[in-house]
Amino acid sequence: MKAALSALGVLVALVAIWQVVSLATGLPAYILPSPAQTLAAGCAQRTILASNALTTLGEMVLGFATGALLGVLCALAMAAAAPLRRLLRPALIASQAIPVFALAPLFVVWMGYGLAPKIAIAALVIFFPVAIAFADGLRRTPPALLEAARVMAGPGARWRVLLHIALPAALPALATGLRLGAGVAAIAAVIGEWAGSSSGLGYLMLWANSRSQVPLMFATLIVLFVLAIAFSALVDHLSRRLTPWLKETD
Amino acid sequence: MGAPVAPRIRLHGFGIAYGGAPLFDGLDFEAAGAGVTALLGASGVGKSTLLRAIAGLAPPGAGTAATEGGVSLMAQDDALLPWAGAIDNVAIGARLRGARPDRARAAALLASVGLPQLAGLPGAWSGGMKKRVALARLLYEDRPVALLDEPFAALDALTRGTIHALAARLLEGRLALLVTHDPLEALALADRIVVLGGSPARIALDETPPQRPYAALRDALDPGLRRLHARILLALGTSS
Repeated sequence: MKAALSALGVLVALVAIWQVVSLATGLPAYILPSPAQTLAAGCAQRTILASNALTTLGEMVLGFATGALLGVLCALAMAAAAPLRRLLRPALIASQAIPVFALAPLFVVWMGYGLAPKIAIAALVIFFPVAIAFADGLRRTPPALLEAARVMAGPGARWRVLLHIALPAALPALATGLRLGAGVAAIAAVIGEWAGSSSGLGYLMLWANSRSQVPLMFATLIVLFVLAIAFSALVDHLSRRLTPWLKETD
Repeated sequence: MGAPVAPRIRLHGFGIAYGGAPLFDGLDFEAAGAGVTALLGASGVGKSTLLRAIAGLAPPGAGTAATEGGVSLMAQDDALLPWAGAIDNVAIGARLRGARPDRARAAALLASVGLPQLAGLPGAWSGGMKKRVALARLLYEDRPVALLDEPFAALDALTRGTIHALAARLLEGRLALLVTHDPLEALALADRIVVLGGSPARIALDETPPQRPYAALRDALDPGLRRLHARILLALGTSS
């Protein structure tokens, strides 16, 4: 509650500064719209904003789910077998070495203007932090837990040790990966939309910009911001449930 | 079903190195039948490495480290699962062997270590509670050979006394090898006291306390025990 109040305080202060700057400089709305003009544009176009926000949210959720699932599977495969680890680790690094901005237009060429390339781009971006964090977590089981488990399990119980010891011990790392992935979900969706789309907040931003409707562009940006924060907060909340035994220190 | 195997630990020509330096080279040691053997030695002499080798966690570089009867291990670090409650922690061995955990037996063992209704997760338990749960887990494993690696080192003196009495009672009938750096703990719990010393380590002292061990702390003024205590300290001193 305290955190929410202080965040609200920061937000109010930022809007106040924005209003002061736009009043003091007297810049026209097509360069720097005031908060009031932005709000007016947002209210006037609320249906368009809402429907495009829904598109972007869908891309974020589906892209996050796909990327997180692939990341988890990749990390599990790497933990399961050393040859797979040697094979997948360079591929994992390579997947991030190519800038997603460069890949996005190709994805559109291959998959069309619909939902598919946006999900693919978001999944590609989100896959990496989830896979890396979870794989590291799976490799860093506390040695004391592992040794105790090996004595209890006896020989040939590698899979059960992985399932009952290494996997739960890696959940805090997975939660971190999911939080990092959630943070970039909105950016990934917008990159996908910029590469080619007919709806979504990224598309709406380009559309408004090309028509010099800068107040609408600002309103879109704010909706995107709120969407990204809300999505991150939701994933943060859910990922905490993965690790109920962890106490947080301030 | 044949007759139960008599528990036995046997090291023959045992050698192992740690970080390039030989900790043991040609060590012979044997313990058989029920009873507590305390293994003392200065820090770094290789007590824990020896225990890990006996548990099958570290292959010997030379010779053999064999056990008969099946082994359970209680480490200095409790190695409790931070995400699991008391019963799940006690019965985790069953899951790891692909069997169904016997929750009723786990609950009964928790009651036997004085924690009949322990709720919550390990993060919320005291050091003494964690030791008791780890002890209950050791008993759940129900192996003839129990290896204990300084399990009570981190406890305060008062708690340690209570846990000692509990451990002595619960370990009866097993072959327990207790690694400790505390001569008084050895005198309190052990039927046999072995001191390791030197580099590579050899057996510097191998003694049987003159009386039933569990009374040792109460009889701390007994001249025989005091002499043995002095000799343990001497053996430890020469080893470091």
